[in-house]
Amino acid sequence: MATVLVVDDEPSIVLPLRFLLEKQGHEVQVVSDGARVLPAVRDRTPDLILLDVHLPSRDGYDLCRAVRAEEGGEAVRIVMLTVNSREVDRAKGLALGADAYLTKPFAIDDVLRQVDELLRVR
Amino acid sequence: MHEPLILLLAAAYVGVLFAVAYYADEQAALGRSVIQSPVVYALSLAVYCTAWTFYGSVGRAATTGPGFLPIYLGPTLTAILGWVVLRKMLRISKHHRITSIADFIGSRYGKSAGLAGLAAVAALLGVVPYLALQLKAISASYLALSGQVGVDPGTAPVHQDTAFWTAAALAVFTILFGTRHLDVTERHEGIVAAIAFESVVKLVAFLAVGGFVTFGLYDGFGDLFRAGAAVPDVRDLYTLGGGTTGMMEWVWLTGLSMLAVLLLPRQFQIGVVENIDESHLRTAIWLFPLYLLAINLFVLPLAVAGLLQFGSAAEADAFVLTLPLAAGNDALALLAFLGGFSAGTGMVIVAATALTTMICNDLVVPVLLRIPALRLAERSRLTGLLLAIRRGGIVCILLLAFLYVRTFGQEHSLVAIGLISFAAVAQFAPSVLGGLYWKGGTRRGAMAGLVAGVLVWGYTLPLPSLVDAGWLEPSFITAGPFGWELLRPYALLGLDVFEPVPHALFWSLLVNAGAYVVVSVLTRPTLVERSQAVQFVDVFRRAGPAAPHTGRATAPVEELRKLLRRYLGGRRADRALADYARQHDLDPAALTRADAELVHYAEQLLSGVLGAASARVVVNSVVQKKRPFLDEVMHMLDETQQALATNRELQAKRRELQRTTRELQAANAELRELDRRKDDFVSTVSHELRTPLTAIRANAELLRDHPALDPEQQAVFLDTIVREVRRLARLVDQVLDLQRLDAPGDGSPHRPVDLRRLVANAAAAVRPQVQKRNLRLSVAVGRGEDAAPPPESEPCVVDGDPDRLFQGVLNLLSNATKYACASVDLRVRPADDAVEVIVADDGDGIHPDDQDIIFQPFTQARRTGPQPGSGLGLAIARRIVEEHGGTLAVDSEPGEGATFRVCLPVREPPASGERTPEKESPPPATGCDEPELDSGRPKATSPSIQDLRSAP
Repeated sequence: MATVLVVDDEPSIVLPLRFLLEKQGHEVQVVSDGARVLPAVRDRTPDLILLDVHLPSRDGYDLCRAVRAEEGGEAVRIVMLTVNSREVDRAKGLALGADAYLTKPFAIDDVLRQVDELLRVR
Repeated sequence: MHEPLILLLAAAYVGVLFAVAYYADEQAALGRSVIQSPVVYALSLAVYCTAWTFYGSVGRAATTGPGFLPIYLGPTLTAILGWVVLRKMLRISKHHRITSIADFIGSRYGKSAGLAGLAAVAALLGVVPYLALQLKAISASYLALSGQVGVDPGTAPVHQDTAFWTAAALAVFTILFGTRHLDVTERHEGIVAAIAFESVVKLVAFLAVGGFVTFGLYDGFGDLFRAGAAVPDVRDLYTLGGGTTGMMEWVWLTGLSMLAVLLLPRQFQIGVVENIDESHLRTAIWLFPLYLLAINLFVLPLAVAGLLQFGSAAEADAFVLTLPLAAGNDALALLAFLGGFSAGTGMVIVAATALTTMICNDLVVPVLLRIPALRLAERSRLTGLLLAIRRGGIVCILLLAFLYVRTFGQEHSLVAIGLISFAAVAQFAPSVLGGLYWKGGTRRGAMAGLVAGVLVWGYTLPLPSLVDAGWLEPSFITAGPFGWELLRPYALLGLDVFEPVPHALFWSLLVNAGAYVVVSVLTRPTLVERSQAVQFVDVFRRAGPAAPHTGRATAPVEELRKLLRRYLGGRRADRALADYARQHDLDPAALTRADAELVHYAEQLLSGVLGAASARVVVNSVVQKKRPFLDEVMHMLDETQQALATNRELQAKRRELQRTTRELQAANAELRELDRRKDDFVSTVSHELRTPLTAIRANAELLRDHPALDPEQQAVFLDTIVREVRRLARLVDQVLDLQRLDAPGDGSPHRPVDLRRLVANAAAAVRPQVQKRNLRLSVAVGRGEDAAPPPESEPCVVDGDPDRLFQGVLNLLSNATKYACASVDLRVRPADDAVEVIVADDGDGIHPDDQDIIFQPFTQARRTGPQPGSGLGLAIARRIVEEHGGTLAVDSEPGEGATFRVCLPVREPPASGERTPEKESPPPATGCDEPELDSGRPKATSPSIQDLRSAP
């Protein structure tokens, strides 16, 4: 079992993700504002973050770098979920420290498989 | 010999001449001009050889030996050495449509009517004696042939004077020839052909007589000259230095003839005006001298034979006729008569034509044009009048010539009269030659020179001849007028080493040239003079015909057309204008206002009829000069100003080009910016599409993969899917909406809309967002500042599309909700003729630089807010408001929040006493019919892209 932080401001997307992750036994925490991500991470470092790029206050790329800079942030698995479908955006996300990069609209199975994979490696 | 035979022969000859002229004109009309040949041109130039040549050369040779030669050496030298001058005169005359030597001079010096008139008078004075000489020669030859030797016709009554009948016949002849056409300007092709024909006749006749005498009466040149050598008087003629011709005389006679062949009106007429091709000159420069050589071949033999036959006391001028007569060869004598007749008639026709053109164009017409009582400008056609003037001119000229013969003719030999004429036309030399090569020559200079030269000429040559006629005391010559020796006409200032003619030539040309140069240097040319000077002197440097000096002149085309019809005749005028339109690719019907170029064109056409000076007067009568004072201004400027003007023009053009380039660059940048914004927009829209798509897909896949969920859980996911589908639909609608706003006129019909209720509904629609962000939303209706409930009496009804207005207000409200810190104020209040809707937030405000940008589609202000939007909401709001004839403005300071103010025109009150829209007309729409105001579903009515994201 692991702790997963879902960062997205779209409740319609958070809803199925949370439902399925919890169903698999993970502990899920949701944050919708970019400004509240780092406090949440500091408060309790998650095993994995599903990170949206377009967020109020602070964008996902910036947050990704910030999380990595935190103490213990390197161990956190980060999956970026974004509408930015261009190859250059994917490269940027990975370069900033993301472990995976998924483009919206994603297949929800792909997200779960990716989460499983990353958590298993740990 | 029988007089009727001679008359019959002369009449027959004239008939042949007519036939030649008629044939030439016919051919010309068919486009096969017989004068296309350079040979014809060279032969027509031989109009130089007149009766003076035909009879007078032999006469002069009989007294001076080779002394007759300079008269022909001069033209030969001019042809060989001076053809450059002739070519220049040709080119200039073609460009300026010069009609005569007087016109040439007047045109060169600023199209001066006064100068042209003066030159015409000088030409008349100079040429009338010459014409008289032809009359005298023809009548003398007639008398000689009919055996009336020794009869002095000058003492007979006029009606028995052969010279009178000769003059009358030649007048009729010239009128028929020279003014046969109604069209007064076109070249006289018939005349040129007839003149060339006459040149052949006189040459053949002279060679026949010479050949007969030399080889018939004698055994060739050797035999003849040997016979002459036996007689001492005759032998003296053989040597150059002998006779009475000194070296000095050879020089001045040659020089004088060189000028005469250029400046004699008839030579100018044939050599310049009638020339149709400049290249003909190349043939003429050798063929014309050859002709002169041929016609002079037998002059000396005939003189010698005549002297041997009749003795030195006989009339040597008649040897050409009397030698064959004495030998009993009447046929040859008749041929000789015809030769002399042709030489005389040719000269008279051309000279009288040239002179009458000058009289008409340069003397009569300018005067008539200045007499308002004649109302020339009101006549529709003046070609008839012009023709009448010319015909009258011919009669007058020949009448003058006849009077001259009758008065002075008997006292002078042919040569003496001819030289007086030569000396007169030589007075044109300074102003013509100076005008060709010296730009500094001015009108006043030319005028001074010409007047001085002609006065001196008149005083030193024709005036003393009055003594011979018995009109003046001989002491006038020997002692001077009133005994003033210095003013003796043959020895001015005591200069008595010259013969009368060279003496007159010396003084007249000295005074003429001196006055021309000195006055030119001392006077300033006008603009027109300067322009003409440049065009004449630099004629070969300019590619095309003269640039329009008329400059800024314009005229109504109809006026010009009337003018042209008046002087050219209707058909020719219309054709000329049509030609112009075709050459310039213009629609003839669209020609209404003539520009400077067309005005210039018309003036050139008229120049061909009237001469430059009169044409200018006539054209100026219809031309409106924009700035007449400019002449005076330009007067001060030098030629270099023209270059400066061109330069300025170029600079102006360059500036214009730069401006256009800048405009294009700006337009291009604008297009790029628009293109970029469109790309951004498409990108934003596609981003926004992905978010609901992601939600739908995730929820749908979940339901698919977990069919065993309990119905309550399923409902949550299904509701999410439905909501997101709706959101997608709205987004698509909005994009289409924006497109529809771009194409106005496609909205639903307007109806009364009560803004109070519309605003209340909009407030209800955003309440969920307001609550979510913990904002305070206050709604106020009325004039007061307080948020009291709206009094129903305040009419806040506008005309419009309720859905659209609702959407516009909602967009503003959503925008405020998004950026507000704590509160949003919504207010509706009636203004004078309008209703205001004010939406205020207490957010960070908008930077002044961005206050315009936020209303443009596809742009987003650098505004700190919860999230970037597509920038469509405000753009759509503004468009909706403007669509309803209202305004939307923002008032904001950074840090002070933002206030959006909608101002819509109030609805016109109903016409027939209706009190409120609610009662009588259909109830005003509130904008709540279509938007779904389901308070349970937040954001259900939000049409703005900014608001498409739903909060948790």
